[in-house]
Amino acid sequence: MDVVIRDKIKQVKKGDQAAYEDVVLFFQNKIYQHCFRMLGNAHEAEDIAQEAFIRAYVNIHSYDENRKFSTWLYRIATNLSIDRMRKRKPDFHLDAEIAGTDGLDMYSQLATDEKLPEEEVQSMELQSYIQHEINELPAIYRTIIMLRYLEEFSLQEISEILDIPLGTVKTRIHRGREALRKKLRHV
Amino acid sequence: MDCKKDVIPLMHHFLDGDISREDETKLRKHLEQCSDCQKHFHELKRTISWIKNAEPVMAPVDFTQQVMQKLPTEKKHVKYMRWFKMHPVITAAAIFFILMLSGAFSAWQQDSKLTVSKQDDLIIQGDTVIVPEGVTVDGDLVVKNGNLKIEGTVDGNVTLINGKLIQDQLNGEGLMASVGEVNGEFKKVDQVFEWIWFNLQNLFRGVFSFE
Repeated sequence: MDVVIRDKIKQVKKGDQAAYEDVVLFFQNKIYQHCFRMLGNAHEAEDIAQEAFIRAYVNIHSYDENRKFSTWLYRIATNLSIDRMRKRKPDFHLDAEIAGTDGLDMYSQLATDEKLPEEEVQSMELQSYIQHEINELPAIYRTIIMLRYLEEFSLQEISEILDIPLGTVKTRIHRGREALRKKLRHV
Repeated sequence: MDCKKDVIPLMHHFLDGDISREDETKLRKHLEQCSDCQKHFHELKRTISWIKNAEPVMAPVDFTQQVMQKLPTEKKHVKYMRWFKMHPVITAAAIFFILMLSGAFSAWQQDSKLTVSKQDDLIIQGDTVIVPEGVTVDGDLVVKNGNLKIEGTVDGNVTLINGKLIQDQLNGEGLMASVGEVNGEFKKVDQVFEWIWFNLQNLFRGVFSFE
């Protein structure tokens, strides 16, 4: 598939707009999903995913063909998503990381008024319960966990996509796994 | 070994695939003895397999069409600029060609002074160079931007650039007789230049015409 995409990108670079349609078709679910995981809602995800594809098209000449296109595209989508999160209205700022902590957001400082996990399990199918718990993870863990286990990027690639050091990727993936384990251990 | 401090990080290193053999053995040995850690490790692995089975989120049905519609239609100059970027060699050649032509053209324009190769016994009257009667000029004679009248003898080639050879009509004799003796080739260059210039001008008009 990589070869096909590489060819398509070459055509796009030569000015063939139609060739880009195949590229979008191939990546649309992945990028949309990535944005969805980062932003947590469908409306913004669609918005940002579209913007990511448009940005990639406009800046296609700055894409270095020796590198993986998917990494480049994910990087654009990631940056746009982060921008969007920053521009959110103040009531969303609970999502923001607390300075000096690695990934602790304001939510972690609030007392929970949710039902106990056991009670929740009973009211939900296992699949959607897991989905729900994943979505409940702080965005930075959620994103990394998804890139690692759903998109199957290597740790190095994730470090490039998110533009954070490899060590940070490892720390976050460890914490993300632990957080999710705690949430799902009662199942 | 402390379970929380030492063993759990080892589990994560194992799951990331960057664990040394030594540590892996350590981890295995510990897991055999410690049921708490076993449970923890099992839960982690189970969590991962659940994540992998998470339902993928699908993009809306018309997503691609939406993107394609929103792509900027390319403005013409963007298209040209991209073409230039795509063909750097041709662009460089074209720029070089234009510079060279304009250079040649301005040199042509400026260089309208009368110049004569340095030889003795030549008489210059206004823009006319005269080889007087009874004089023999040694070597090649070059006259640029002026007329030439040969009454004497030239021992070499004569090149006449952008000028006319003046025939002495008063003699009433034949053409050859009016020209003094030239013991070499006689070349008249202006016609060639004019011809090239005429053609280049036509070419330019063709290329840059906006009509």
